[in-house]
Amino acid sequence: MSAPLTASAATSAIAPGARPVTGFWRRALRHRSFVLGAVLSLIVLGAALLSLVWTPWSATDIDIASKLRPPSAAHWLGTDVLGRDIVSLLLVGARSTIMVGVIAVGIGLSFGVCLGLIAAARKGWTEELIMRMSDFTFAFPAVLSAIMLAAVAGPGMVTSITAIGIFQIPTFVRVTRGSANAIWAREFVLAARAAGKGSFRITIEHVLPNILSILIVQATIQFALAILAEAALSYLGLGTQPPQPSWGRMLNDAQTLLFQSPMLAVYPGAAIAIAVLGLNLLGDGLRDLLDPRLARER
Amino acid sequence: MSDAPLIEVKDLGVRLNTSRGPAQAVRGVNFALRRGETLGLVGESGCGKSVTALALMGLLPESAVISGSIRLDGAELIGLPDAAYCKLRGNRISMIFQEPMTALNPMHTIGHQVAEPLRRHTGVSAAEAQLEAIALLDRVGLPDAAKRVDAYPHQFSGGQRQRITVAMALACQPDVLIADEPTTALDVTIQGQILDLIAGLVEERGMSMILISHDLGVIAENVDRMMVMYGGTVVESGATDAVFARMGHPYTQGLFRARPRLGARKGTRLKTIAGTVPELADLPAGCTFADRCAIVEARCRAALPAVVDVGAAHGVRCIRTDVSMGAGGSSA
Ligand SMILES: Nc1ncnc2c1ncn2[C@@H]1O[C@H](COP(=O)(O)OP(=O)(O)OP(=O)(O)O)[C@@H](O)[C@H]1O
Ligand SMILES: [Mg+2]
Repeated sequence: MSAPLTASAATSAIAPGARPVTGFWRRALRHRSFVLGAVLSLIVLGAALLSLVWTPWSATDIDIASKLRPPSAAHWLGTDVLGRDIVSLLLVGARSTIMVGVIAVGIGLSFGVCLGLIAAARKGWTEELIMRMSDFTFAFPAVLSAIMLAAVAGPGMVTSITAIGIFQIPTFVRVTRGSANAIWAREFVLAARAAGKGSFRITIEHVLPNILSILIVQATIQFALAILAEAALSYLGLGTQPPQPSWGRMLNDAQTLLFQSPMLAVYPGAAIAIAVLGLNLLGDGLRDLLDPRLARER
Repeated sequence: MSDAPLIEVKDLGVRLNTSRGPAQAVRGVNFALRRGETLGLVGESGCGKSVTALALMGLLPESAVISGSIRLDGAELIGLPDAAYCKLRGNRISMIFQEPMTALNPMHTIGHQVAEPLRRHTGVSAAEAQLEAIALLDRVGLPDAAKRVDAYPHQFSGGQRQRITVAMALACQPDVLIADEPTTALDVTIQGQILDLIAGLVEERGMSMILISHDLGVIAENVDRMMVMYGGTVVESGATDAVFARMGHPYTQGLFRARPRLGARKGTRLKTIAGTVPELADLPAGCTFADRCAIVEARCRAALPAVVDVGAAHGVRCIRTDVSMGAGGSSA
């Protein structure tokens, strides 16, 4: 049979059709808040990556003799109460922040999107059950579930990641179900069903690709919330444990010396603000850049 | 052509949950369709044409209550589990929708969307399906099909998109094609082309077709038999020629008078049917057309009139056919 051969010859001869995303980057570079958000986020990401290969000093070595030094050529932002280099702490802290954010958002995204898609595809009592369960989970703030988890499993990074991740599930369930329901109501889904597609195929091939941009935007914003939650939990001593540096812990350490050396609180605070602001701007920018395209194609 | 009907619908009823509570959207629909036959379904907006079509496809919302019987080749479809229905849809019964602008997924190439039903239902390889898709797109008259299979829906015009959805619906050589107002969203010149295309394909492949339209002209030119729907019931049915020759139901007559005509004298106003289509939730107890009918009597409102045979296989759901079909009744 030569049919497959001819077919591949035919396909390779076809000029690639322009994808709907054409011009995305051109428009993105003109979008101010997207660019600013991307730059700030990349700075945080860059800091985390840099800390993997290089830090000016070790972030964990304690040197009480040189504690609370002011900024100098050796220690650009000075040292903390245990004599650790602030710049190094910030760099390594970025790493824990990003790690917690990625894993927690990953948990929230994977569970939340699956449940939301199931709710939209199944409707009826399945949807009702999933939504009531997520309402119930949503009623517990991350801090509360972290305290409960810490009581069982002890405080630490795993506890805080799990608590933040679980806290993120309901938001993703709601966003996914809402936007998936809108897609299920579209005529091309009816056409796909008329062509014999089952709800699983429709979910994978039609619903998911069409809500992807909404999920990307939501994930960006949830990432910022996860960073805030991680800082709060570390500050409360429920998150990252010493000697592992984290921005929340730095805030906690700085607290007792707030009047003596206020800058110790300002540095991690500014780092958290940059990360959260960057991600929020990025999310807003992505919303603007991705949504009009969907709107135009309706 | 065998005599056993391919599709047989008996006393089909559909109850839907509307914003104003449950309502009987369709009731007492009966018809049988043999292989190769074409049937038209005509009526005003909201009379239940699409609901009937979706009932045949098993695509009504979960909350809909369906009664009666729909048989495909003798096998009952009502109550069929969704997995079994999925094997029929797109394979033995296909549907073309009204809006070509929204019936295609903006995120997938047209080649993918046409080839998909083939791969699923017939199990051919991706390459073969792609080749077949190109052949199909060529057959439905898409220019440069081989070059454009990898393009996205937004790169095509409305008429071209409707050609693509026709290709999609016909990919698996279904026995029955349901075309729900396939040309309503298109401009007039394109309408004719698409209808000719569909009619040609239906004949070429020996398919049965149910063509839904609110346009009597479209029905007159494209189907062997027709049903006129009003308020969820079939008020008149019969061979297209017979119905056009002797319209029995006051509603059919009104619909005929209300159609715009080319060459009509300037200044002659279109005759419209007085009143509006009743809301589903408050359909009258008797004849659904009673409130707009010129020859209504008290007994019309008592109960839904039975079907009266006024000719060979020509039925009218009216108790006043003596008047409506009497002198002057049908000639106006
Ligand atoms: N999913 C639904 N839920 C509730 N009511 C519905 C639903 N679908 C249709 N209806 C109602 O059922 C009635 C018949 O609708 P249907 O779509 O069959 O009309 P139609 O004859 O196809 O009209 P058109 O020519 O506008 O397409 C309408 O009153 C409509 O409001
Ligand atoms: Mg309709």
